[in-house]
Amino acid sequence: MTDTLTPVLTANWGDERAWKIGNYERRGGYEGLRTALRMEPSEVVSLVKDSGLRGRGGAGFPTGMKWSFIPQDNPKPKYLVVNADESEPGTCKDIPLMMASPHTLVEGVIISAYAIRASTAFIYVRGEVLHVVRRLQQAVREAYSAGYVGKNVLGTGYDLDIIVHAGAGAYICGEETALLDSLEGRRGQPRLRPPFPAVAGLYASPTVINNVESIASVPSIVRNGAAWFSSMGTEKSKGMTIYSLSGHVTHPGQFEAPLGITLRELLGLAGGIREGHELKFWTPGGSSTPILMPEHLDVPLDYEGVAAQKSMLGTKALQCFDETTSVVRVVLRWTEFYKHESCGKCTPCREGTWWLVQILHRLEAGQGQEGDIDKLLDLCENILGRSFCALGDGATSPISSAIKYFRDEFEQGMHTPAWELFPYERSTVFVREPAGAQA
Amino acid sequence: MAELMEPRPGATGRHVGGNTEEPVGHGEMKSYFDEPSLDYEVTETLIDDGVREELASIAARYPQPRSALLPMLHLVQSVEGRVTPAGIEACADLLGLSTADVSGVATFYTMYKRRPVGKYHVGVCTTSLCAVMGGDEVYSRLQEHLGIGNDETTEDGAITLEHLECNAACDMAPVMMVNWEFFDQTTPRRACEVVDALRTGEEVRATRGARVVTWQQAERVLAGFPDGRADEGPTSGPTSQLGLRIAGERGWSAPDPADVRTTDDSSEETK
Repeated sequence: MTDTLTPVLTANWGDERAWKIGNYERRGGYEGLRTALRMEPSEVVSLVKDSGLRGRGGAGFPTGMKWSFIPQDNPKPKYLVVNADESEPGTCKDIPLMMASPHTLVEGVIISAYAIRASTAFIYVRGEVLHVVRRLQQAVREAYSAGYVGKNVLGTGYDLDIIVHAGAGAYICGEETALLDSLEGRRGQPRLRPPFPAVAGLYASPTVINNVESIASVPSIVRNGAAWFSSMGTEKSKGMTIYSLSGHVTHPGQFEAPLGITLRELLGLAGGIREGHELKFWTPGGSSTPILMPEHLDVPLDYEGVAAQKSMLGTKALQCFDETTSVVRVVLRWTEFYKHESCGKCTPCREGTWWLVQILHRLEAGQGQEGDIDKLLDLCENILGRSFCALGDGATSPISSAIKYFRDEFEQGMHTPAWELFPYERSTVFVREPAGAQA
Repeated sequence: MAELMEPRPGATGRHVGGNTEEPVGHGEMKSYFDEPSLDYEVTETLIDDGVREELASIAARYPQPRSALLPMLHLVQSVEGRVTPAGIEACADLLGLSTADVSGVATFYTMYKRRPVGKYHVGVCTTSLCAVMGGDEVYSRLQEHLGIGNDETTEDGAITLEHLECNAACDMAPVMMVNWEFFDQTTPRRACEVVDALRTGEEVRATRGARVVTWQQAERVLAGFPDGRADEGPTSGPTSQLGLRIAGERGWSAPDPADVRTTDDSSEETK
């Protein structure tokens, strides 16, 4: 039986200057790389396959299998691209990982690139996190100086370059094919698949795109073995992962646990919902995953457990809202997010999100019109599954799930503004700061 | 693109409750063509041969030069204070693209600004979670305090204010960013204190990050030219370490690999 919390990726987040290469090495850092370089690349792929590691960016696709799709007989260069464009609302695990321990990611990049025989790797990090960009740039420089990156890595004859690439503000670039277009210096718009990136990705060459946490998990798997990794977690969801608890929680924060922990257990560790309040609804994995209710507190937070509740594990971004919160307001803001971030390529998403926002604005203001709720659902049906990428689908999740659980509250939007039903100041964390206090 | 979709500055405040400032739902829908585009009347530029060399050095980092366009535009902003027609031409020349191609990219991403940005760019997250936790109050108090609307700059050129979408620090909501540095768990009062300190030239430190540099200096780092400040600031925030601390208190850890190997020989099968 494994412990409730199992810090591996987060183990050094409390260390003084954990971001420096020397401090990382003192904890066994880059040992995994040395082990991997003694193996054949295909053995590394098998090891990661055997570990059961699945993508931590939301979709949960088996990482080793993704790597094995790279056609090694293709004469073109192979590329590894790390998706560090963390921007799904609620998601906040990769940014602290890269700030605290960028070398965990860099070591993972080197091992993973070696496994797929790539000699160029990119870390595509969102631009709005200056200090993370600084720490990544420095970590990569340190890794070059130490001989872990560059020509002839550790004398093995393997060459690798790593490029830290800052984006410029676009949620859509977290979608892997949009990310590739962006990395090619274009507007970040999704591509039609097939061909899949494994066959024709960056520069139409075979490309693996993985989330930060997935790649950062690789060094520990190589160091400790596939059996060690799969000794944690549940039957089909193996290993440890980072759960991000936010919102109306007494102590929000990051918790690294084996897959399958429940929100009830996590809330127990975080001091529960803030004093005097109770949980109203929550997301299991960011705003694109249908909301869940207090009745789902005991759902195992693994890929299958959450899917069985018609939601998705997603990024394990557990956003908790208490009874002071207007669900209409929350859903409106998420919808405004999708409207703002829609890349404009597909009509249902581009136009639909505008319509959704207009209707939700009315409902928030208590000026809903007859048929608005059904119109929202109808619009959602016409967006879901009708766009190139999952952004459009994601935009519908909060709306259709919120109407399912809170239709009454949307009905009230026909006559009463949300801020009268749920005075907004009661939801804030600084509720005690005197009203009207001036700086 | 995303900016094109933005309501007219000041047209919609974030609703803090009660007072909506516009007719709801059927507010004037504006056309895509109403938005300010690049200002082609301003022709003076700071892009000289030195800058062109640096732009070329960015292109040289990549297997295919066009991949450098995003960082190149960051560099243009660090030099010019916004994306200028001259900056677009310089990028287009170096990459063998049309200026229309480069403009198309520059107008897609929200971090690229077509109007001059203040010395400090202050952003407040108003996506759902931060909004509910108090981001709306922080943003509206800053609007009042600075006397400007969304995407506007104070008359002294010190502060540009913008409401942001999720910046990936939700466990530290509400979140404010100054030149893309984290100011976690902010309050309306603290936000006003920070902008006051910035305007009077005091040294301001991010809660997770470095001493605040100017927006243009920050853009240079994003273009891939480090400023030597990576070692400033903490390893992580207190909430980042919460699970780790609890595990330490309770003696919890990941399994010992040695135990797994002795009880399970499947690791051998992987060889």
